Amino acid sequence: MSIHKLSLYELHEKFTVGEVTATEIVRAYGLRIGQVESKVKAYITQAKDAAVAQAGALDASLKVWRKTLPMMGMPLAIKDNICTEGVLTTCASRMLGNFVPPYDATVIAKLRAQGYLLLGKTNLDEFAMGSSTENSAVGPSRNPWNLQCVPGGSSGGSAAAVAADECAAALGSDTGGSIRQPAAFCGVVGLKPTYGRVSRYGLIAFASSLDQIGPITKDVKDSAFLLGAIAGHDPLDSTSADVPVPDYLKALKRKDLKKLKVGVPVEYFSEGLDSEVEQVVRTAIQELKELGGEIKDIQLPRTGAAVAIYYVIATAEASSNLARYDGVKFGLRAKETKDLLDLYMKTRQEGFGPEVKRRIMLGTYVLSAGYYDAYYGKAQAVRTLIRQDFEAAFQDVDLIVTPVTPTPAFKFGAKGDDPLQMYLSDIFTISANLAGVPAIALPCGFSQDGLPIGLQLIGRPFEEETLLRAAYAYEQSTQWRAKKPVIR
Amino acid sequence: MEITKQEVEKVAKLARLELTDSEKAVFAKQLSQILTHVETLKQYDTIGVEPTATVLGQVNVFRPDITRPSLSVERAVANAPESADGFFVVPKIIEDPQPL
Repeated sequence: MSIHKLSLYELHEKFTVGEVTATEIVRAYGLRIGQVESKVKAYITQAKDAAVAQAGALDASLKVWRKTLPMMGMPLAIKDNICTEGVLTTCASRMLGNFVPPYDATVIAKLRAQGYLLLGKTNLDEFAMGSSTENSAVGPSRNPWNLQCVPGGSSGGSAAAVAADECAAALGSDTGGSIRQPAAFCGVVGLKPTYGRVSRYGLIAFASSLDQIGPITKDVKDSAFLLGAIAGHDPLDSTSADVPVPDYLKALKRKDLKKLKVGVPVEYFSEGLDSEVEQVVRTAIQELKELGGEIKDIQLPRTGAAVAIYYVIATAEASSNLARYDGVKFGLRAKETKDLLDLYMKTRQEGFGPEVKRRIMLGTYVLSAGYYDAYYGKAQAVRTLIRQDFEAAFQDVDLIVTPVTPTPAFKFGAKGDDPLQMYLSDIFTISANLAGVPAIALPCGFSQDGLPIGLQLIGRPFEEETLLRAAYAYEQSTQWRAKKPVIR
Repeated sequence: MEITKQEVEKVAKLARLELTDSEKAVFAKQLSQILTHVETLKQYDTIGVEPTATVLGQVNVFRPDITRPSLSVERAVANAPESADGFFVVPKIIEDPQPL
């Protein structure tokens, strides 16, 4: 039995019956990470020693009193913008290069209470701003399917770690596609839950009205399993929703789409969509039909506005959220400064990379006197129209199916000098964040070059169960999950 | 939308960001491009449309005003670039008074 090849849920089952110990799990993943990490570069910080100690303690306590919990002994990787008490959390930024959080994010506190094993903190675009991990201050991660290609971003390290079997599952965060796009590029499953489904407490803020934490996993069952462990209301996050958490695994029992109406938005199959991606996604839609889904063409007429809205609202919120990095209470402080203003200016110049600066500049501009109404106010109003598009569509259909990205993973440097081109590649994922609705990305085929292609399912608020049911039915009726990257 | 170097400087100052000359030139060009794209939003009629600040439609969230455990002083200053005796150390921000 190769432990690292098991899914999270399979590993959980074996751990629960005592077929494998926590120590064996940590050892197996330590070996696997040792084999491939120098090529994939998924992690910023590895926490192997702590995990070994923790696994030993766990095994010893289980000998005395055998009572297991869902995430007990499960080896997870956590995106490095989620606070882990006592473990370096850098946001892939020089600004937080030495930041050791004095507290756990709520999702981490929940996992810790169940006895999970933290394998390490994964790479991302600095402050989660980017689509390739090329904006990481420590250098990019690589796509396990082709090391010359980006793993996607911003949760690229988490997606690469899952695809390369360097963890059983991972957490990412998604502001405009940062879980789903890297999941699609790396051929794994990424779920952005409904806004408010998962507490954001301890997630280092980028754009507070859009950010959401979610699972990146080897398959759909793992996604349901891990979502159940992190979801729920949290008094420490006033934007978390007081909505009961269902048993997501139960949603997988029906392995069909019978009585589900599935909308195909014409706007997502237009200019700019790679023909290979379109063909693979259309074949997947046919499969959803064969599984009993009723396929309907629908319209989301304001889709074309999504990128523009996003880059106003997300940058405006970011410019405000990142104002806290002033070199005073934590993080970097520039040396040799002449007064307080100089300390602020130089600290922020040294601490932030080019993309973060660009977004702070854009966000500050759209919020500045004279431009607020024309840009920020306008974007907030058109955001309402996007929400109305989804509300209207969900009167008609239960699910919406689209591609995740216009193309498969691109090569390093392919979009480096043109931020607008990079932004436009987020076109299919951004709307779900603007509307706050849940969406899942799962593998649905490969390009001729052997790169994974992703399918996106979008659902009504708090109807993750419907997404997971349909995604699981599709996954079980196809063979994509069986294919693994050969890392070389 | 054309952003000038002077506007870049003004915004950078508002954002407390020191930029090099080459950064200013690059940002002027890139921000102009991005804002030109953003201006496509003008084609959408938003008269009478309520702006979205949050998708949750929540009203205010309250909690009981009770004392809870919090970080110790040592832990609170542990990440500070400079601290002394449990305080954050910052540059002097008030000028010495002129002698009378």
